[in-house]
Amino acid sequence: MERKTIIHAEDGKQELLITREFDLPLELLFRAYVEPEIVEQWMNTKVLKLENKKQGGYQFETTDPKGNKHAFSGTIHEFSPNKKITRTFEMENTPFPVQLEFLEFEKLSDNTSKLTMHVVYKSVATRDQLLQLPFAQGINMAHNRIQEIATNLK
Amino acid sequence: MNLRRDVFQAIADPSRRAILLLVASQSMTAGAIASNFDTARPTVSKHLQILTECELLKQEQNGREMYYHINAKKMKKVADFIEPFRNMWEDRFNKLESIMKTKIHEHLHKKK
Repeated sequence: MERKTIIHAEDGKQELLITREFDLPLELLFRAYVEPEIVEQWMNTKVLKLENKKQGGYQFETTDPKGNKHAFSGTIHEFSPNKKITRTFEMENTPFPVQLEFLEFEKLSDNTSKLTMHVVYKSVATRDQLLQLPFAQGINMAHNRIQEIATNLK
Repeated sequence: MNLRRDVFQAIADPSRRAILLLVASQSMTAGAIASNFDTARPTVSKHLQILTECELLKQEQNGREMYYHINAKKMKKVADFIEPFRNMWEDRFNKLESIMKTKIHEHLHKKK
């Protein structure tokens, strides 16, 4: 069975759904979201704070290839071990407003589990802009590369 | 493969990016485009077909010739730009899975 990430995003809506099945027991999948040392590894970020409980706060800091620091933070609204995490998520110092994330963890079998992330944005425009960021980065990289090639051809 | 959705795949190819750069400065015929590359004409035609199918390039008849130009239409459909976003999450989840797989053994031990 192919395990891959599925994004469900309809035009004109301000939400999206990210689902992924894992070759992992439910408990291990959940641990990956609550243990700071593990979060740091797969999210490629530094965990400054992670309070896994209702009204707990969390704060991550990612350093980009240029050395700039980007902070992400939020509050936990619901924390149900091996079941649910509901939280806000905000990219600090950006024009993007806070978003609401509903994470659901399910057991599929003893060795497999599933994560469903339902993310709600302030507006359709915000969601679309955020969705385009990785694409824009790709185009930028492509443009830079084209510039490089063009400069080298001269 | 649904080319309509694979804009990102289209621009990931260096030859196709070079074609886009070329046509960006002025619209050109397929022949004029091909003369700028060492690649065989049918290969260039294939690249042009892919770029046209995902609407990065548009064709326009001018006299007897067909000219290619950059499609400036803004991408409004989510499907056009979602692939890199999906790939970003796929990379993260793949990493999560491989990290946690190393802990399966100790996890099974604990349960017994």
